[in-house]
Amino acid sequence: MTKPAKFTGTDSYITTRDLEIAVNAAMTLERPLLVKGEPGTGKTVLAREVAQALKMPLIEWHVKSTTKAAQGLYEYDAVARLRDGQLGEAKVHDISNYIVRGKLWEAFTSDTQVVLLIDEIDKADIEFPNDLLQELDRMEFFVYETKETVKAKFRPLVIITSNNEKELPDAFLRRCFFHFIRFPERATMEKIVAAHYPNIKHDLVREALNLFFDIREVPGLKKKPATSELLDWLKLLMVDDIPADILKSNDPKMVVPPLYGALLKNEQDVHLFERVAFLARRGQ
Amino acid sequence: MFAGFITSLRNEGVAVSLTEYLTLLKAMRHQVAMLDVEDFYYLARATLVKDERLVDRFDRVFALYFQGLSGVSQDLLAEIPEEWLKKLAEKYLSPEEMAAIKSLGGFEKLMETLRERLQEQQKRHEGGSKWIGTAGTSPFGAYGYNPEGVRIGQSESRHRSAVKVWDKREFKDLDGEVELGTRGIKLALRRLRRWGREGEASELDLGGTIRATAANGGVLDLHLRPERRNKVKVLLLLDIGGSMDDHIEESAQLFSAAKSEFKHLETFYFHNCVYEKLWRSNRRRYDDFTATTQVMNTYGPDWCLIVVGDATMSPYEITHAGGSVEHWNEEAGALWMERLLKHYPKAAWINPRDTHHWGYTASLKLLKQMMGERMFPLTLDGLDSALKELRRPH
Repeated sequence: MTKPAKFTGTDSYITTRDLEIAVNAAMTLERPLLVKGEPGTGKTVLAREVAQALKMPLIEWHVKSTTKAAQGLYEYDAVARLRDGQLGEAKVHDISNYIVRGKLWEAFTSDTQVVLLIDEIDKADIEFPNDLLQELDRMEFFVYETKETVKAKFRPLVIITSNNEKELPDAFLRRCFFHFIRFPERATMEKIVAAHYPNIKHDLVREALNLFFDIREVPGLKKKPATSELLDWLKLLMVDDIPADILKSNDPKMVVPPLYGALLKNEQDVHLFERVAFLARRGQ
Repeated sequence: MFAGFITSLRNEGVAVSLTEYLTLLKAMRHQVAMLDVEDFYYLARATLVKDERLVDRFDRVFALYFQGLSGVSQDLLAEIPEEWLKKLAEKYLSPEEMAAIKSLGGFEKLMETLRERLQEQQKRHEGGSKWIGTAGTSPFGAYGYNPEGVRIGQSESRHRSAVKVWDKREFKDLDGEVELGTRGIKLALRRLRRWGREGEASELDLGGTIRATAANGGVLDLHLRPERRNKVKVLLLLDIGGSMDDHIEESAQLFSAAKSEFKHLETFYFHNCVYEKLWRSNRRRYDDFTATTQVMNTYGPDWCLIVVGDATMSPYEITHAGGSVEHWNEEAGALWMERLLKHYPKAAWINPRDTHHWGYTASLKLLKQMMGERMFPLTLDGLDSALKELRRPH
């Protein structure tokens, strides 16, 4: 048996050991990996980075509230066939001309092993995961219209993300490996920043991280800023060339940090933060 | 192999299935994690735990169960490659000591010194309640060459602390012991689905098309119709504040489940009993309210009324004008309840309080009577009965 390559993160994606183990387990046993975590901690990016690191093509299936499980397999375009039948087209005699392949089909019939990302599975109807059980377990499905069975040539590495909006059924969970991306601690965060912006000034990162973790500490925030928000914010700070000492200023006029719009995404949070910061200032 | 571990997990409420156990064994056979307790811990966690709220329980069982793992370490010692030990030595001995050892005589001497040093370590760490030194400065813990030593083979940049990851119990906050998940509530709420076709015609109406095509002499005449949507309309009134504080969790779950299940959902808040005012956002209850009569006029009798509240208050708040704890109410709460119930034939009261206490609160009995026994507990069964009641033709 040839040992598959191991995933150990990439230059731009810092992993933790538990995530590596989870990805490698999913890859070795060819089972789906379910990734949960706060928004903005890199769940979707993980699939892209795994695909890149293992040099496998990536097939992305973004799930919406109206997505049906069957759409991932195939759709039979009966209306097109009916219309062609009326017009007397020759291809109407072969039903397979009207089978539109879905993402799963695409992944199953690929000539190399692929990474299949099923993004935000919790957005779909509550029965959605149940409808995919058999397909993900056996990696095959039956096409009723053409009486053929589509079987995976190479079992794809399936990465599923969820934002916890709906709970997933037990039977589905039993078949997956699970990983919860924790919010990175400071040391990891520094590495992540360094991986994304190698040329950033050290003192800027230090002050920005101080502020960032302070903001996350504010109780009652509706949406705590996460990694992706921090990276956006740092980029803005760099573009505007804001010096580090502005971030730690004790200037009473500067209650909210510059360019806070990248960190706090709704006006209640901004108000809350202003109040907390104001009280903290007064207490000093 | 780990059957005892699995049983312990199940006893602690982490429902591990046979499938997952077999998956773990298979993963071990494929050497996903080798000779490293921490890797094994991560692998076991990814395989056996599927909910971040259960990770903390898993950590506790893991710590307990693998306390006795020390026996393995002695066998491993023989297999530890030389270069790992060298790295270990670098960590433990100062550069001066290293130089001295080198001049004294090579690897043998180095190993000897290292062994002595680790013996000391072992003594110093004894007596801790965990099998890892509680002082937390040594990356090796109490047993020196326990499988932790294997990790020294990895690159230096990996910073490790001596406290085991599972002993850190980082997932503690997430263990909520929440029995009533939103999934259960949502499945219960599905009972109330009433399908109707509204909006844009986007779906092929097969029957209509066949009929029209036949009528058209066989020339295709496509007919489309709107998709089926849940068209049940729900007016949700939530009691907020005071005695309801104990039930915020369940109410919030019910609310979030309802929000994703019903397209037509209107929510208003009240305090203890419904009076002439309701408000949409609890934060702005004093300056932004809606008159109850206006709510009734806006949302007609075809709406289902669901009241969520513990109905626990002073009986005067229901029976007397001016009984409210918050303001002077011109008319008694009972009057407003009657008006609501008359306006909405489809109504149910969902009460988060334990049914055992229902008989002991006067206000609760009063409201239950007023609701015509249409008061149900906030449990899955209760919800089920409530929704059955709402579906009953009136």
